[in-house]
Amino acid sequence: MTTDLATPDPATAIHAAPPPLAEPSGWHEIRLTVNGAPVTAQVESRLLLSDFLRDRLRLTGTHVGCEHGVCGACTVLVDGEPARSCLTLAVQCAGAELRTVEGLAPGDAPLTPVQRAFHECHGMQCGFCTPGFVMTATALTEQPRRPDAADVADALSGHLCRCTGYRNIRRAVCQALDERFDGGDAEQGE
Amino acid sequence: MSHGPSPAPRQPARGDGPWTGRPVPRVEDDRLLRGNGRYVDDVALPGAAEAAFLRSPHAHARIRSVDVTAALAAPGVVAVWTGVDVAHLPAMLNREELRTPPGLAELLDPYVAITPMPLLATDKVLYVGQPVAVVLAENRYLAEDALELVDVRYAPLPVLVDPDRALTEDAPLLHDELRDNTAVAVATKVGDPDAAFASAHTVVSEEFQAHRYVASPVETRAVSAQVDPYSGELTVWSNTQTPHRVREATAHTLGLDPERVRVIATDVGGGFGQKGILYVEEMLVPYAARVLGRPVLWREDRNENLTASSHAREQIHRIELAADAQGHLLAVRDRITVNFGAYNMTGLVVPYNSVCHLLGPYRVPHVDIDVVGVLTNTTFATPYRGAGRPETVFAMERAMDRLAAELGLEPAELRARNLVGPDEMPYATGLVDRSGKPQSYDSGDFPELLRRAVAKADVEGVRARQREGARDGRLVGVGFAMYIEATGLGPFETARIDVAPSGRVKLAIGAPSQGQGHRTSMAQIAADAIGVPFDAVDVVGGDTSATPFGVGTIASRALVNAGNATHRAGRLVREKIIEAAARRLGVPADGLDLREGVITSKTAEEQALTLAELAGRAPLPGTPEPTDGRHGTELSETVHFRPPGFAVSSGAHAAVVEVDEHTGETEILHYVAVHDAGVIVNPMIAEGQVTGGIAQGIGGALYEEMIYGPDGQPRTGTYMDYLVPTSSEIPDLDLDEIHSPSPMNDLGVKGLGEGGAIAPQAVLANAVEDALRPFGVVVRRGPLSPSRVRDLLRAAGRPTAAG
Ligand code: FES
Ligand code: FES
Repeated sequence: MTTDLATPDPATAIHAAPPPLAEPSGWHEIRLTVNGAPVTAQVESRLLLSDFLRDRLRLTGTHVGCEHGVCGACTVLVDGEPARSCLTLAVQCAGAELRTVEGLAPGDAPLTPVQRAFHECHGMQCGFCTPGFVMTATALTEQPRRPDAADVADALSGHLCRCTGYRNIRRAVCQALDERFDGGDAEQGE
Repeated sequence: MSHGPSPAPRQPARGDGPWTGRPVPRVEDDRLLRGNGRYVDDVALPGAAEAAFLRSPHAHARIRSVDVTAALAAPGVVAVWTGVDVAHLPAMLNREELRTPPGLAELLDPYVAITPMPLLATDKVLYVGQPVAVVLAENRYLAEDALELVDVRYAPLPVLVDPDRALTEDAPLLHDELRDNTAVAVATKVGDPDAAFASAHTVVSEEFQAHRYVASPVETRAVSAQVDPYSGELTVWSNTQTPHRVREATAHTLGLDPERVRVIATDVGGGFGQKGILYVEEMLVPYAARVLGRPVLWREDRNENLTASSHAREQIHRIELAADAQGHLLAVRDRITVNFGAYNMTGLVVPYNSVCHLLGPYRVPHVDIDVVGVLTNTTFATPYRGAGRPETVFAMERAMDRLAAELGLEPAELRARNLVGPDEMPYATGLVDRSGKPQSYDSGDFPELLRRAVAKADVEGVRARQREGARDGRLVGVGFAMYIEATGLGPFETARIDVAPSGRVKLAIGAPSQGQGHRTSMAQIAADAIGVPFDAVDVVGGDTSATPFGVGTIASRALVNAGNATHRAGRLVREKIIEAAARRLGVPADGLDLREGVITSKTAEEQALTLAELAGRAPLPGTPEPTDGRHGTELSETVHFRPPGFAVSSGAHAAVVEVDEHTGETEILHYVAVHDAGVIVNPMIAEGQVTGGIAQGIGGALYEEMIYGPDGQPRTGTYMDYLVPTSSEIPDLDLDEIHSPSPMNDLGVKGLGEGGAIAPQAVLANAVEDALRPFGVVVRRGPLSPSRVRDLLRAAGRPTAAG
């Protein structure tokens, strides 16, 4: 039996109250650090970190492309390690230190070497995959020793870009690593 | 995988104009790199409800009943609508695409079936993923919870996925109002092909199949809408390639004046054609915003994108080539079948592109091509980067290789013997082009393209290795493919230029950007046309409030149309500036020049005026200058550029591959692409477009396939099984280019957004077949995944690794 809602009454359609709890979820209070700032929030168990960042904190630089852990667009740094925010629950990040693309060069601070390299090497077109790549590349530059070519290839293979054909992304990451590990030996590491 | 060394990155361009032709770094990047993109889902609409669509799990079924009672009662649910709730809205989308250009209608009398897609299915569903109901809730989580509570009863019907089967007499009919499952049909002939075949020295007949794959932009589709409580205007954010068309369609669907609807497509995370058509979700979200009186957002998930956003490419070509003893083509015959999926969304666009690009760069005196588009119980198929050209190039270039093998010629040599020469331009093929005019290639040098590709590919080296035989089961092969592409499709594109009192130039274009860098390349064109610094130009696009009309960024047309509109508007504004300055300075206009934003006298150096000084005073009321009835003091112009015909790009690709006989894996050792897109405005952006297109082509050639079971169930509905190549699969490319300016426009530019994607399927199939030549393998379809290559080897009697 189809309900006729062709002309629903907007007044009854609007729920002013916060959304009711959907079973079997529960709420948790979490404290964490996001881009250096302390954050306290009430989150539902099932809330994805990606949705927490984007919808609750309005940090929309982190993008969602697949929600099943393949495209890498949602990558953020959790305690310094790249993580897929679409495969991470917000509650799992209690006590963690998170970094998103917004934290790299806040306001009009100069772009980081990684960001600058993406610009100079034309490592982006639509820019949708870019924050994810940038965060992974940032983690690479923060290694104590220069990651070797296989590490870099490995890290990049966790990201899809549909626009650039990857070559310029590889160049950008290479430039950023060169800059960070000035004169470093590409075969080091591991 | 050999990626080669990474050359030093480009240095930013500096200095004075001309800006055109320089790799000016993109102005878009800074914002995108800081996470300040404004994609649809980034726009905060406080109080927004979120939509989730219930989609058909059946490929073909009658809907017996829908019960939404439980869903309506679910927590946070605002509304649940089914087909009958929205049946009063007009359903017809993509009208424009279904219209046959008058010339084409007159000359070829094509058949085009109209199959309006209901906003929500009412009595029948025709593909897995078709929207059946929509839930609006406080957030997406709650909306998806409620989806599970909508109770739909289906009565399954027989399913058609094979287009050949769909055309048989006893096939079930998808659309009751049609005579059969034909979506479109058109046939064309040049000369006397039957006689040419009868007299030929050699004829090859083959069946080649372009397989189904999808555009798969990393940003899925999304739309949000709200009614501005202040103005009453309906604002729609959509990641569309064609905002003005969305505006027209939304206004039509909702019964509003188009002027009351504003569509914004600011940042779009890749489109590639998939976002170039209109979708029912795009209409229902604004409708919901109006009815509910609150903002509404919908963002597609990846599974929806793979199953319910448009697919592409699936074609069967039964192709025959007739040649003389020297390999000169006498005639081409092709019977093309295109799988349209469940609805005819874009009419002749893809099939006719396949027809009028089949001959490519070759001289063919006699031609006989017909194409039929077929409706099946699969997701509708529409243009994807190349739009019918990769498919047709796959068939023609594979057939050329079969002919070369038949004649004992090197494939490159056979091609060279048949190329149209540069001295023959403009060259009429005898066919009719997509707009209904006699088809003509405006300019190009096809032999030079091939020469360069052959030189880079080192055919001799490959042949020598082949003579040595396989090493450790690794077989090497080389392949070539060539194409032409009619670019710069009309009917028009719009540019509006305004000089602000500060001297800054605002350029508004109708065509949005999905990563093509319009803000940079259009600013380069405007800066040169007016005579201002690049930095002084601000570009807005993708917002219907910026220009009243526009078509969109599809079909390799933005640079040609919006670029030339910008150029013309810029030249007109420049004239106005100089006239105004002449009045101000009391000197004749022809004694003045404008460069880098400064108006100087050609004779007396001291008479200089900056654009800011001029513009800052010119528009003020009461300014003493005469206005000569032309509002000469308003430094603004709007131009609609209408291209007189197609600007034809061209290219030659070559690939050297190594195929592992045991695993079936294909490794690209060397990929060469030589292209010609006329004058290049920004070489860095152009190279990025070519590279990105080739990467998508390589994906289609070796990995990507949208697979359906015989029951019409998609088997590749996530990125776990639909394989988009990563950085590891795409090698560095060896690119080269020549430049044959187009005589069809002032800038001499041609489109190049699609070109890269056109040849890879053909070139890699040719290379793999060349590698497998010792076993007599013929490659008839892609993708050449390891398992398919092993199938080919097994069929040829070769033992391969298990699996
Ligand atoms: S959105 Fe998280 S990996 Fe794709
Ligand atoms: S730049 Fe568009 S997906 Fe990577």
